This record gives sequence, C-alpha cells and structure tokens, in this order.
Amino acid sequence: MTAAMNVQAVKSIYRFEMSRWFRTVGQSVLSPVISTSLYFIVFGAAIGSLMQDIGGVAYGSFLVPGLVMLMLLTQSVSNASFGIYFPKFTGTIYEILSAPVSFVEIVLGYVGAAATKSVLLGFIIMATATLFVPVEIQHPLWMLTFLVLTALTFSLLGFIIGIWADGFEKLSLVPTLIITPLTFLGGSFYSIEMLPEPWQTLTLFNPVVYLISGFRWSFYGISDVGVGVSLGMTLFFLGLCLAVVARIFATGYRLKS
Amino acid sequence: MPTILSVANLSKTYAPRPPRQAAFEALKNVNLDIQRGEIFALLGPNGAGKTTLISIVCGIVTASSGKVTVDGFDNVTQYREARSRIGLVPQELHTDAFESVWKTISFSRGLWGLPPNPAHIEKVMRDLSLWDKKDNRVMTLSGGMKRRLMIAKALAHEPNILFLDEPTAGVDVELRKDMWNLVRGLRASGVTIILTTHYIQEAEEMADRVGIITKGELILVEQKAALMEKLGSKQLALHLASKLDAIPASLSAYKLSLAAGGTDLVYEYDTKGERTGITALLQDVAAAGIRFKDVETKESSLEEIFVGLLREPRP
Repeated sequence: MTAAMNVQAVKSIYRFEMSRWFRTVGQSVLSPVISTSLYFIVFGAAIGSLMQDIGGVAYGSFLVPGLVMLMLLTQSVSNASFGIYFPKFTGTIYEILSAPVSFVEIVLGYVGAAATKSVLLGFIIMATATLFVPVEIQHPLWMLTFLVLTALTFSLLGFIIGIWADGFEKLSLVPTLIITPLTFLGGSFYSIEMLPEPWQTLTLFNPVVYLISGFRWSFYGISDVGVGVSLGMTLFFLGLCLAVVARIFATGYRLKS
Repeated sequence: MPTILSVANLSKTYAPRPPRQAAFEALKNVNLDIQRGEIFALLGPNGAGKTTLISIVCGIVTASSGKVTVDGFDNVTQYREARSRIGLVPQELHTDAFESVWKTISFSRGLWGLPPNPAHIEKVMRDLSLWDKKDNRVMTLSGGMKRRLMIAKALAHEPNILFLDEPTAGVDVELRKDMWNLVRGLRASGVTIILTTHYIQEAEEMADRVGIITKGELILVEQKAALMEKLGSKQLALHLASKLDAIPASLSAYKLSLAAGGTDLVYEYDTKGERTGITALLQDVAAAGIRFKDVETKESSLEEIFVGLLREPRP
C-alpha cells in the first residue's frame, strides 16, 4: 500500500459509518421525521393558516427550507461528532491512528458518511413536507448545491466537536447552546425583514442566515440576502472548518499525546 | 539477520496537565534494533515505558525526539510505508461493541488499504478459533475471545511486524498456550514479533532476544540464552543422608546455605567462572564426614535475573 491515496481505507470507514447508521435507522430517521412533522402540524397547519404570505409564499411552504436546514445542521453536527467521538470513547481510535491513512482520508470517510446521512435525511424531510404543504423547487441544482455544501460544512464542524469533546456532555453542548439557537434565530421560521432594527442588522452576523436564505431562494426565488453572498459565506465556513481540521491533524490535538 | 525496525535516540516526555499531572519522562534516549524474523520480548514493570515505545513506533504517540525506521522507512515522513508493515495488538481490549466479528476484522484490512480477501480473513479467524463467532456481535464475546479478535484484526492486513502488547494479560492457560503456538506459527511464516509482557515465563518460553526496560531506559538487550548464561547463577543442591544443624567450619570458604530444614546443602556458583569449585567442595564435604544421597543442579530463571537487574542501583 504505497499509493498516493488509500481509497480502500476511505471506503472502509465510510461503509462502517453508514452501516452504523443503518443499524439504528429507526432512531436515525424516525426522530427527525417525527419532529419535522410536528413543526408542520403546529406551525404549518395550526398557526400557519393565521399567518400572512411571505414574499408571495404561503407560510407553511415558506417553512420547508428552514426546517430542512434546521434538521440538516443539527443532524450533521450530531452524526459527525458522534462518529469520531465514539472511537475515542471506546479506544478503537488506536486503529485509525496506527493505520497507513492520511487525515484527508480519515475526514473523507467520517465526514463523507455523516454528510451523506444528512443529505438523505434532507430528502426524507422534504418528502415528508410534501404531505403537509405544497413545495416548489425553482432551482433544483442550486438546492442540491446548498444542501450538500451545508451538510459537508456542518459535518466538518461536528467532526471538530467530536475531537474536541472529552465527555458526552460536551458533545451536546455546542449543538444545544450554539447551533440550535443560531438556526432558530437565523430565519428558519421567519424572514429577517420581519425583525425590527437593530435585530435585523445583528442577525446578519449569524452565519446560519446565509445558509437558510440561499437554500430558500433555491425553492421559491425569495431570499433575505443575495444568493452570491449566501454561496460565498457557505464556502467560507466550509474552508474555515477544513482549515481547523487540517490544524487538528497537524498538531494531533486531542488525538495524539 | 538484517534489521527490520530501528529505534534511535528515542525520547518521550508527556506534557504536564496541571493541576494534577506533572510532566513525565516516559522514554529516555532509547536505542533498539529488531532483527527480521525474530521474537523479541520487551520486559519491564508497570509504567516502565513499554507501551509508550510501541505507541510511538505505531504512530499513536508522537516522539519528543529521536527516529524510528521500519524496514528502511521513516515512521513520520514515510508513515504509509512504515505503518503498512505493522500490526498492533494493544493491551486494552478496544473493540466495537455492536458490529459483527467478521465486519470488524474486514474493516481492519480495508483500513490498511488492502482489497477484500475473504479467504484470508477466514483463515485468520479459523487459526484463532473465531470462525464459529463470525456473525456474533462483538459485545457478546468473552474476554478471551475479544483478545483473539484483537489479534485477528492485526493479522487481517498481513503485517511483517507484529506488536503484541501484553497479549496474555488476564487470559487462561489454554488461551495462553494457543497464543504461544500462534506466535511460533507466525514467526515460522516470516513475521517479526515484538511482545511486551509481565510474565517472564512467557519471554523465557518464546523469545529469541530480551530487552529490559525500566523507568524509560532500555537497560539491557541480549540474546535470551546468553543473558541467562551470563547473568544466571547455578545452584548445586546436595540432598543429605542426615540432617545438619549448622555448616561445619571447614566448609566456611564456600558459598553454602542450608535448605529444606537442614537436609539440603545448597552451593551457589558462577557459571562464568573458569572454576566452579565443585570438585573441591565435594572432596571437602566428604572429608567433613557429610554423606549425601543425591545431587541436583538448578539454573536461575529469567525471572530471578530480571528481578536482580531491577534491584541493582542505576548509576
């Protein structure tokens, strides 16, 4: 094994991670689907009928991209953080560290699997949404681009959290204290134009705003910020996470003593 | 024999973790060459640095200074080539609880970049008596079976060098013997084996060469046979015809002691010496009127040598 890239290793990690997901498919798929359905029932059907259209889109339909993003972000982070934290917790990480694999291959395997799960889940949630509200996708390719980029970025973030965490409580700390609030306040349930100043300006510092805005534009052609800005910010966060992961492997942070 | 693994000036100091842990120097300038095809036993008390040494060679721990070369490849700059030759069976039983035995072993092979080879995996599993358990979840295995699984994972990727870190710690006699046979079989197929152990008996039984490490220093590396000859002493026990209360003054020049309640007269002599003094002793014993009914000689075990070495004050 002296090839430039250990493709077998990437495949092995990827398959191992996917099989872990399929083993717990009920828990992995059902719980996000059920919670999304609850959002649609409460905000879409019950409260949504009382809400005005936003940018010409019925409130129930307006919610779909935001809810997909909410699930995408939380599931990417939790899948990827658990994926790498668990081998650290059980000690099986010794094998990954002593194998002839580069950090790029380890990341491709773990983050690739976590992002795949999130993208699949995104589709499942979109399919679930169509049962409750009409859904239109004006720019399917852009929708897919935002979906994949966001899944990758937040899976990378999850990977970083999984390496940083030295206990189960830390594993849920960042998703609970940071990701969920940012997503709720990032326009999942409303257009940021509905906010009074200074909140409207302050919200622009929330990176999730750009993800949701770009994603929603790919559905209905309406957005809070320009699509180019959304894409640029998404790529920026992706690059930032990649740089942090590269640094982690270069220094062996929390992996090697 | 050519060298397959070379460790040069290797040191490791673990960074302090205030407030509880101070910096700890786990390895101090260790130099070691392992010959291709040998079984090398690394002996040392707990905390001597055995696992740190292995972990550095395998890439799990970063060295503070020094160099490790595996089959000519630097284990840092050419880590792919170096690591692809090494199989590691760690001391702790780190396993995936929920996967099947088969998948867990196959995963290891893939991780080392090798294409699937079910025939090889099956052979490894059969050699380790794991075949019946191939579809079992790992969590259902007993401790001994998990130990076998760890070995199977390391052998799945066909290593040239196998590290066994305390392979028989806490395993029963039968499994220990199975492992010894397995190790011998692997050596016969050309695999170089480095094992660490607490059990001196294991090193005595298995190893070609022995290294003794204590407090991070490799204090001795020697052929096992030469070590036992060089550092070992021999004892001559005379089983007496009648009990002796004290050693007669005429025999005071000899290093004698009484054992077995005075019915054994034990003479300790140096195997390295030109003269053992046995002939003179036996003549003097006869002259003192002591009669004996049997004679027995006994060599010191590796364990006695080991304990003796560790007791010696280090300069």
